[in-house]
Amino acid sequence: MLKGSLGLIALSSLLLSGTAFAQEKIKVGVTATLEGTYTVLGEDGIRGFQTALNVLGKKVGDKELEFIIASTDATPDSAVRAVRKLIEQDKVQILLSPLSGDEGIAVKNFAKTHPELTFINAASGAQETTYVDPAPNFFRYNMDGAQWQVGLGKYAYDEKKYRKIATVGEDYSFIYTQVFGLVLEFCGAGGQVTNRQWVPLGTKDFASVIAALPDDVDAIYLGLGGADAVNFLNQYQQAGGKAHLMGGSIMIDQTILSSKGNAKNALVGTLAASGQADTWENPSWQKFVKDYQDAFPPNKRFPSPSLLATNYYGSTMALILALRQVNGDLSNNQAKYKEALAKIELDAPNGKIKLDSNRQAIGTNFVTEVVDDGKGALFSKVVKVIPNVNQTLGYDPAVFAKIGLPSRTVPECKKY
Amino acid sequence: MIRFVERHPAWALIVIIAVAVALWLIFAVWPPGLEEAVGRKRVFLNAVFNGITLGGLYFLVASGFTLIFGLMRNVNLAHGSLYLFGGYVGYAISASTGSWILSFIVAFILTALVGVLLQVVVFRRMEGQDLRQTMVTIGLSIVFADLMLWACGGDFYQIQTPSWLIGPIDLPLLTAIKSSGEPVYLRYPLVRLVIFLASVIIGVAMWLALNRTRIGMIIRAGVDDRDILAATGVRIQVVFVLVFALGAGLAGIAGVVGGTFQSLSPGEDIRFLLASLVVVIVGGMGSIPGAALGALIIGLAEQLGSVYIPTYAIVVTFLIMVLVLAVRPQGLLARR
Repeated sequence: MLKGSLGLIALSSLLLSGTAFAQEKIKVGVTATLEGTYTVLGEDGIRGFQTALNVLGKKVGDKELEFIIASTDATPDSAVRAVRKLIEQDKVQILLSPLSGDEGIAVKNFAKTHPELTFINAASGAQETTYVDPAPNFFRYNMDGAQWQVGLGKYAYDEKKYRKIATVGEDYSFIYTQVFGLVLEFCGAGGQVTNRQWVPLGTKDFASVIAALPDDVDAIYLGLGGADAVNFLNQYQQAGGKAHLMGGSIMIDQTILSSKGNAKNALVGTLAASGQADTWENPSWQKFVKDYQDAFPPNKRFPSPSLLATNYYGSTMALILALRQVNGDLSNNQAKYKEALAKIELDAPNGKIKLDSNRQAIGTNFVTEVVDDGKGALFSKVVKVIPNVNQTLGYDPAVFAKIGLPSRTVPECKKY
Repeated sequence: MIRFVERHPAWALIVIIAVAVALWLIFAVWPPGLEEAVGRKRVFLNAVFNGITLGGLYFLVASGFTLIFGLMRNVNLAHGSLYLFGGYVGYAISASTGSWILSFIVAFILTALVGVLLQVVVFRRMEGQDLRQTMVTIGLSIVFADLMLWACGGDFYQIQTPSWLIGPIDLPLLTAIKSSGEPVYLRYPLVRLVIFLASVIIGVAMWLALNRTRIGMIIRAGVDDRDILAATGVRIQVVFVLVFALGAGLAGIAGVVGGTFQSLSPGEDIRFLLASLVVVIVGGMGSIPGAALGALIIGLAEQLGSVYIPTYAIVVTFLIMVLVLAVRPQGLLARR
């Protein structure tokens, strides 16, 4: 009897809460790589997203934002499947997606089949996504892989006096874009890239790749991420590797720098470039780091937000702030909202961000060096800040177009 | 051996030539022309050694899989989950006690216990129903994967290599001769050699146990005819439980090995399940020497492929599987 009435009360209160607080909701779909090689990256992306919600709140005027998270595994088809599920089953109106390079190209193409909806890129960084045939309803508030390498090639050539380097990278669009940015600048300064090795995403056994590294170079550039990077470093240590290293934006990142085990110590002193630097003094960066640290207990987060957390934070910020500008008005195929998104200038934690005519971010880039904080934790220390980096990397658009699209062999190692 | 030569003289000649070429490639100093054509000998030798040591790891996973299949006709698709579970247990033990050896023992015991549970609670209820077992184990592998994701998170774990195993050693294999006449020897990670040696020892021990002991005789008899064996008074269910425990325990050990020279993360369970399926299909279902041969072939194909045809490296493994299925569908060393 008691049980029955309790159940009834619970049921009726549930119904009540449903009706009493009924208000218009705006549904937003979010995807992250919560499976596969990039799991750790996806998890920290979601942490950045939640930090943004903590700071900004979920209310837009009298409407409430409702978020639905879907998981992908960094392959383009998994991203399209997740996005399609969010649109068709969950009826979301806005998408915050995706995380990884190849996913970005696929989701951008998919966005064209739903011109009435708005797609805000969460963190993906392949150049092609916004550079080739961009979708009018796809907005990217983070820089691409090549922009994130600006400054690295010159610094390596001028300050570190590296003259010959070789690269190892995962075989997909984002890393092509990163190597594109690096090669363009390093070879432009007069350096030589003697060898480019590509390994499939999700490679576990790097022993043969490590054996094939040339030993007549000044440094080896690593464009790896997630589990691949950890595996590489572990096996590099076992093979007794001693070369100077340089790193891409997801290689020298908290996702790797705070991994367990001591193989990561090979990275101390490694030169890298990225859209953020862990130890930047800027107050809005410091505030973001603190917000991130306060939002999660220390064993459920990294010591400092990763690039993915920062990107998800910035994208969520754009999503909410632009929605507030139009007071949640999504009528007329979200025309007003899209206009607001295209115009918005973000005061993001990693510097000011505005969009170009392709709806691609122009932002700030950081050259960094890995340091040990004395207690065994590794951080990227800023050595150079480069503001206003655009997608053509400062080249004249016509010259830039002639270089070609990033791929295994493009660009050639020469001065353009 | 002699019978094989008598029956297939042409094939025997081809095999002998291939072995001779392989030995020459490994032991001779390569002439400069060859180095220019296919790259440095160091890279080739490393790829071969990596293939063999990776094959050792695959063998550890696949031998348990094939053992269970051989006796019980159970396709245990949760085998990959046992691998990952063993790895996580090994990580926990080595992180808390600092002992690498102890992590093997505990991982073996705990995964063997899970195996016993699986056999008693799941497989015994659906003996002889292949499809049902397959579906249930697929379901279980998904449940296990989510439970482990919940308990351990999506992080990568690496089991600390003990300090006496870190770093490379020089092997007495020439890779080149410097212009000064000084020989250059192959440097190779010690931990991989040790792990390979251990898997060879385990493989030989398993073969001896199966072929030279009484319990092995019972197991082999069970593979051939379960019902008659049960009718002679052998307690077949106990044998089943023992074999299942051993197979699961081997997967657990493999998890520790994999966590030491690669890393542990969600998704590894599926990868190793797939690898052991391919190995067992190539080598022949239910045969331990077959698992060894299959593991060696797949390991070598993966590593040589990743060096010489990186773009298509993933395809090579499956190409081999397709070829074997087309030419010898029962597997290379299957008995029947």
